Amino acid sequence: MLKIENLHATVDGKQILNGLNLTIPAGEIHAIMGPNGSGKSTLSYVLAGRDGYEVTEGSVTLGDIDLLAMEPEERAVAGVFLAFQAPVELPGVGNANFLRTALNAVRRAKGEAEIDAIQFLKLARARMKVLNMPDDMLKRPVNVGFSGGEKKRNEMLQMALLSPKLALLDETDSGLDIDALKLVADTVNSLRGPAFSALVITHYQRLLTHIVPDRVHVLSAGRIVKSGGPELAEELEASGYGAIQAAAA
Amino acid sequence: MAAVTETIEAVQAVNDGGYKWGFETDIEMDFAPKGLNEDIVRFISAKKKEPAWLLEWRLKAYRHWLTMEVPHWAAVKHPPIDFQDAYYYAAPKQGPKSLDEVDPELLKTYAKLGIPLKEQAILAGVEGAGDSPSEGGRMPIAVDAVFDSVSVATSYKERLAKDGIVFCAISEAVQTHPELVQQYLGSVVPQGDNYYAALNSAVFTDGSFVYIPKGVKCPMELSTYFRINAKSTGQFERTLIIADEGSKVSYLEGCTAPMRDENQLHAAVVELVALDDASIKYSTVQNWYPGDAEGKGGIYNFVTKRAACRGKRSKVSWTQVETGSAITWKYPSCLLIGDDSVGEFYSVAITNNHQQADTGTKMFHIGQRTRSTIVSKGISAGFGQNTYRGLVKISPKAAGARNFTQCDSLLIGDQCGAHTVPYIENRCMTAKVEHEATTSRIAEDQLFYCRSRGLTQEDAVGMIVNGFCREVLKELPMEFAVEAQKLLQISLEGSVG
Ligand SMILES: Nc1ncnc2c1ncn2[C@@H]1O[C@H](COP(=O)(O)OP(=O)(O)OP(=O)(O)O)[C@@H](O)[C@H]1O
Ligand SMILES: [Mg+2]
Repeated sequence: MLKIENLHATVDGKQILNGLNLTIPAGEIHAIMGPNGSGKSTLSYVLAGRDGYEVTEGSVTLGDIDLLAMEPEERAVAGVFLAFQAPVELPGVGNANFLRTALNAVRRAKGEAEIDAIQFLKLARARMKVLNMPDDMLKRPVNVGFSGGEKKRNEMLQMALLSPKLALLDETDSGLDIDALKLVADTVNSLRGPAFSALVITHYQRLLTHIVPDRVHVLSAGRIVKSGGPELAEELEASGYGAIQAAAA
Repeated sequence: MAAVTETIEAVQAVNDGGYKWGFETDIEMDFAPKGLNEDIVRFISAKKKEPAWLLEWRLKAYRHWLTMEVPHWAAVKHPPIDFQDAYYYAAPKQGPKSLDEVDPELLKTYAKLGIPLKEQAILAGVEGAGDSPSEGGRMPIAVDAVFDSVSVATSYKERLAKDGIVFCAISEAVQTHPELVQQYLGSVVPQGDNYYAALNSAVFTDGSFVYIPKGVKCPMELSTYFRINAKSTGQFERTLIIADEGSKVSYLEGCTAPMRDENQLHAAVVELVALDDASIKYSTVQNWYPGDAEGKGGIYNFVTKRAACRGKRSKVSWTQVETGSAITWKYPSCLLIGDDSVGEFYSVAITNNHQQADTGTKMFHIGQRTRSTIVSKGISAGFGQNTYRGLVKISPKAAGARNFTQCDSLLIGDQCGAHTVPYIENRCMTAKVEHEATTSRIAEDQLFYCRSRGLTQEDAVGMIVNGFCREVLKELPMEFAVEAQKLLQISLEGSVG
């Protein structure tokens, strides 16, 4: 279970998150929607532990661990995965090598044996097939020259292989074609289970028809201003954020 | 934040006591008296039972050296070197006359250096170890090991001899193949070429000699491990590789030295000769002791490496990974004399803490349609200073010559420096020269991306740096690529906090 209480965070001295409360029970998928600049990506970075995102108040726990006390890599091996809104390019770093290193870091932390290159290729290829990614993407440098949609699929490949406890998807659906959107949704749905929870950040209700969330929250000015079931996403799609923001102000 | 502090502490521990190759081997040594004069030159020559012509050659070099001045043009700083305060000859007392006599301490040293077990066995003279095909279909590697001033053992010699390949210590080649040595020694790097080359010519003690006969493709990697062990010694090895017409060879040298507070001088000369259609690939993984985190101690690595592509369509490819040494000063070069000959230079140079590197290449285009490629990757961290210095010179006769140069610098932290000094002298209308240069830093978002996937800060830096160097690392023989990658990462530990 992810539990965020009264979270305040600043970036470069600017207050972005203002007392955010959110609980995602294990096994549930929640969606966050909200206007541009409301702090959605900031929340995902704070949860993943990015330098420069300073927590000034509040707490975040995943199960019984205190996430805020941990370095980004410690959070990652503890099961936190962030699918980036804008995945980063790593010139010269082979995708396969990168993925296997990440996977082995996670496996080591779990006390599992590291996997060798051959086993890894088997695993990766199987997942790539499902994601409709060509094999040569393993050989190419991480995200370099990938199209927008390919980058997002690469994030999903990483997520599927690392099988996290908590996945944070920051606008993974943006820029995806209709078929790719389904593939992303399928990947998330395939991880569903009692030990998996996810926070799906999106601007569009369409993704949520494929990944049906347990709860939908609206983030505005760094706080959750409204929560509801999947129908809330449809309401927003129809009426926008204006009314909710006005009510919250 | 605890983890960061711990990591930094762990890394500091590594940095403070941590040069992994910094052990010293306790072996009885035979020294020449300290200092340098004609008698020392005579002593070295006599120790090696050299013919009169070689003694004369050395003396001529010595006399020339006396008239020369220490070069000052490189962008490196160091106190003046007292050439009288060093030993010019140090050899393990137990003479390595046959393989069984190799001192067990020495073999332990090789084990610590990570020389593959198989080769250790061969170096140790295990009966038949060099004849059987190696396990797992791995390519065998023939190893020559130079310990201070003496080549200790060469493995696979008999196997190579079947193809007519000569791979031995240069002092041995002087005895067994005097005509080849006399013909080629100093033919690429003349005795008076530069200050350190002249010094080397006077006092060189050992190094490797390779001759590949006409049409022979050397069936295995040839490799030499150089090690400075004794205190206050310089190492002046001399390597000579001759690839006869249509032959092909890949050669790798690796270097380490114990940790010492004093600076030690390493002034090697490497000469390569490629005749018609011959190809030489020369790879270096240089990890001499770089000095401590404050810049105390470390090797002065002042090396002259030059190749003569004398034959038509000959090819020489230099690949270097320079992670060690307090100061590196070297410019592996190619004289592209034969028409259609090809020169390549792939370099990674890392400077961390107080290391300084001034390195690059010179490509002399003399023959028609000669081509050269230069790819240099400089990485600076800590207070490191990294200079790429290159010369591309195209003579009026080199019609249709081409050069492509790419120099990339990566900065880690804000106390270090990267400098690019490309000289281009093109005196031929039909030649084409291209130069590209970039300077970048490891971006915070790249580090965070890696860390968010579970990689530690050090692993993330290592991975990004290895990615930055990929074009060069892929030129290394497979067996050494992995080692080189690890080395890059170790060299940069503690550079990002
Ligand atoms: N380094 C920074 N300095 C100042 N303000 C910043 C900095 N980084 C982010 N912000 C601001 O924080 C606010 C929240 O940004 P964030 O990226 O979290 O929004 P978002 O909800 O993800 O928006 P979008 O829907 O456009 O992705 C924005 O107003 C942004 O300009
Ligand atoms: Mg965002």
